[in-house]
Amino acid sequence: MNNLSIQHLTGIKDLTPEDIEIIFKTTDSFKQVINRPIKKVPSLRDITVANLFFENSTRTKLSFELAEKRLSSDVINFSSSSSSVKKGETLLDTVNNILSMKIDMVVIRHPNPGAALYLSKRINATVINAGDGAHEHPTQALLDAYSIREKLGSVSGKKVVIVGDILHSRVALSNIYCLQKLGAEVMVCGPTTLIPKYINELGVQVSHNLREALEWCDVANMLRIQLERQEISFFPSFREYTMQFGLTKEILDSLSKKIIIMHPGPINRGVEISSDVADSSQSIILNQVENGVAVRMAVIYLLAAKIER
Amino acid sequence: MQPQVILNEKQVDLTLRRLCYQLIENHNDFTNTILIGFQPRGIFVLERLKIKLEKILNHPIQCGNIDITFHRDDFRRRERPIIPSVTNIDFDIENRNIVLVDDVLHTGRTIRSGLDALLAFGRPKKVELLTLIDRRFQRDLPIQANYIGFTVDTLISEKVSVEWKETDGKDQVFLFTPIESNE
Repeated sequence: MNNLSIQHLTGIKDLTPEDIEIIFKTTDSFKQVINRPIKKVPSLRDITVANLFFENSTRTKLSFELAEKRLSSDVINFSSSSSSVKKGETLLDTVNNILSMKIDMVVIRHPNPGAALYLSKRINATVINAGDGAHEHPTQALLDAYSIREKLGSVSGKKVVIVGDILHSRVALSNIYCLQKLGAEVMVCGPTTLIPKYINELGVQVSHNLREALEWCDVANMLRIQLERQEISFFPSFREYTMQFGLTKEILDSLSKKIIIMHPGPINRGVEISSDVADSSQSIILNQVENGVAVRMAVIYLLAAKIER
Repeated sequence: MQPQVILNEKQVDLTLRRLCYQLIENHNDFTNTILIGFQPRGIFVLERLKIKLEKILNHPIQCGNIDITFHRDDFRRRERPIIPSVTNIDFDIENRNIVLVDDVLHTGRTIRSGLDALLAFGRPKKVELLTLIDRRFQRDLPIQANYIGFTVDTLISEKVSVEWKETDGKDQVFLFTPIESNE
């Protein structure tokens, strides 16, 4: 089987469907590995990875760190809150300083869209995008698609609705690219103010009615309202948002078929999703977290294979 | 150059049958012994041994497959990453006797990786190695097999190829001597 067509993972947009298949096939093996008594393999013991988080993250950071450690790579962590970035250092300077410590791979999360791509063109290390502003979050999309594939057998031909704050969501954009490349139909659903204007150009359907969207879909991916990215109000109140777009057990039970519920986290229980839905048997939220480690192991492993010795 | 047949279908069958009796000599009725085949080619040897052993012993024996991709020492030294096969070890290997099974023992590096991969599942009592073909004098590491089907002296430029009914139509072993070295 072929290698990946990419040197860096800056976005799903650059991946071919074959790349995604290679990643998923490798993920299957890593999922076996992380369910063994000894959850570690020695593949990457000569690789050093730097996790550069210029924006807050719990899940993604832990997941990447665990993935790196289970591949036996050396890991250094950096977060901007406790660094010289606060003293006015530029992104390139910060990263170059870290790279002079002989780093082979950089996992970066940054509030500015395009930060990962910018770095990948300027530094001598493999770059993995762990979320760049409202642009892309490729590993999240991969783990979401992998979780759908695991639950339903395949992604092709499935109908997936992404509900919530599409405008500010990198998860939504990466998911749209990834699901479409794998042959799924995608719909976005949310208040008019939180749906970007250009959305039709991506070839997705748009709905402003939650029940209608849920009746259509096989899988619903519920997104969080991104308070940190909203300078102005996009809807009158949380209560009103929940009334219209919050997924409750009543709505779920009233549907004509059993759909699968996903959420990339962090969950705002009682806002976009009610507690009993998040914890229901139809929810695969915790499977997503488990798959996240395996998918990231696969991405790191396959990209590390392309690093010249 | 024409490939030379080292073992034909009948000889492969006879060799495997002899290996079964050698295994029984040391492991009696296999109550505490597990056979584990290396992915992707050792599993064909394993399948044949399993059928023969079960026929002789008249009861099922425990078997598994192991994939060593993530434990190899040539990662990033190859052009393409090796996409792994499936590992099937859904039993406890703690304090059990393990017989690793592969088709060709060459440099010993696969076996080294296999031991590493196996120990991730626990601490077996004893590990032995069975190989259908032993390419003697070609070892990079101090590894020897306990059970050998057929020993062959080869040059490093030569290639031993084991073919199986499932993938190649016939059980037979070839020795290729290329005009130009391909290793």
